[in-house]
Amino acid sequence: MKLREIAHSRTGDKGNTSNISVIAYDETHYALLLAQVTSARVKAHFAGVVEGEVVRYELPNIAALNFVMTQTLGGGVTRSLALDAHGKSLSSALLDLEIGPASDNE
Amino acid sequence: MRTIRIGSGAGYSGDRIEPAVELAEKGDVQYLVFECLGERTVALAQQARMKNPDGGYDPLLEERIRAVLPTCAARGIKIVTNMGAANPVAAAHKTAEIASSLGLPSLKIAAIIGDDVLDACKERDLPIMEFDGTIKQLGNRLLSANAYLGAEPIAEALTGGADIVITGRASDPALFLATMIHAFDWAIDDWNLLGQGTVAGHLLECAGQVTGGYFADPGYKDVPDLARLGFPIGEVGEDGSLVVTKVAGSGGAVTAQTCKEQLLYEVHDPTRYLQPDVTADFSKVRVEEIARDRVRVGGGCGTERPATLKVSVGYVDSYIGEGQISYAGPGSLARGRLALEIVRERLKLTGVAASELRFDLIGVDALHGANLAARASEPYEVRVRVAGRTENLREAVRIGNEVETLYTNGPAAGGGVFKSARDVVAVASVLLPRELARPQVRFVGV
Repeated sequence: MKLREIAHSRTGDKGNTSNISVIAYDETHYALLLAQVTSARVKAHFAGVVEGEVVRYELPNIAALNFVMTQTLGGGVTRSLALDAHGKSLSSALLDLEIGPASDNE
Repeated sequence: MRTIRIGSGAGYSGDRIEPAVELAEKGDVQYLVFECLGERTVALAQQARMKNPDGGYDPLLEERIRAVLPTCAARGIKIVTNMGAANPVAAAHKTAEIASSLGLPSLKIAAIIGDDVLDACKERDLPIMEFDGTIKQLGNRLLSANAYLGAEPIAEALTGGADIVITGRASDPALFLATMIHAFDWAIDDWNLLGQGTVAGHLLECAGQVTGGYFADPGYKDVPDLARLGFPIGEVGEDGSLVVTKVAGSGGAVTAQTCKEQLLYEVHDPTRYLQPDVTADFSKVRVEEIARDRVRVGGGCGTERPATLKVSVGYVDSYIGEGQISYAGPGSLARGRLALEIVRERLKLTGVAASELRFDLIGVDALHGANLAARASEPYEVRVRVAGRTENLREAVRIGNEVETLYTNGPAAGGGVFKSARDVVAVASVLLPRELARPQVRFVGV
């Protein structure tokens, strides 16, 4: 299934850094997010978009992850050549990530 | 326990006008806050002020203030806003003039000054955080340097009796935090209270983004009546307790989901959300729906405020030229690709001096690049987009021209050309020792 089935998301921007939240609809899916939505997978998903690093922060109280992606916004929101200079549409792209059944947890 | 209700009347400079009127009339709020100052807006406003010394504040100030002031004055609702942009004093004078014209001459209006730290930054030639370089190296491209001020001067103005407080650059949550510090007399080093107050300010600062705006995804996240989206109200107790809600009957929805999305919006490390007033910690926040459109958010805390203030530095970065043209029907993707190839070659042949170029097919790969787009099927129509960065306007104009000439020189059946060329005012950041910014409250007589 797609990540979209179990989580929602919003992108924020600061300079050349984008952050994407991934929030479980059902808190029992948080373990699945922790196991499968890793920094490495997010970085691979955004190959060609994220030129810096991806750092994951965990918020168990609200069953959410926060991904901070550096060098992602075309040199910075205020100077980018990109159509979506803020990278606001990135959250929808991340929700396209494929999620396996819980038994696939690493 | 004492509680205040704070309305959020705007989440950005161009935001809708009437939700704030609804808050003033039906929200039972004591404070109405308008956050209208984007990252680069101060730099653009500074350019406006250089042309007109009485300008440089938010162009919608008059419309927003006129819309809410009669109700706010009648009910004693205090207004806090950063619509002062590059000229809070001129904005305060303008607001006083509006108040007089509405027959409300006794309102006390305060401007917060001192966020302009251009001289202090130049003296120390501070390093720029986003790229290798210093303030001085920007030379005559440097436009402005404004520190994100905290809540203290705003609270001081409110305590001094201000009905309307107008700031320039200030931290967005601080506009809200100031009302709490004023109302509850919070100590300015009670880091846990200030951290929880920052949670409240952060949730409210983007207005509709916590009441169901920027949230709907049909079939997954449905939101009622977005055309009449209600803006948020924060009910804050003197112990920092917070309930986020909105005017009954307005559009939108306040749910645990909308609050969680906004909590993490533009946040990096949730344990260290750096503010001028506090290093806020969102990592222990709890979110609980207690009734329809009422969400309790608690558990925010904090540690000592940073020793430096973030300063937003505006500078003339470059010029951007752009051109677009559309293709549709069978073969549109191939014709769009051919068009991009032609323009790519033309820019080389004619020697357009661009330091960076971008070739997009809108509808295919413009937003997320070729990798993510590869799995999609062919669209019915595509829009070619070429954009490039240049050192001057003349070169930037040539980029759009090379797209336009596709009309008579390019693939079949291209239509709807758009072209533009503009200068780019960008922002970067430096960190300034906080004692070098000296905020002041200036009351404006009517």
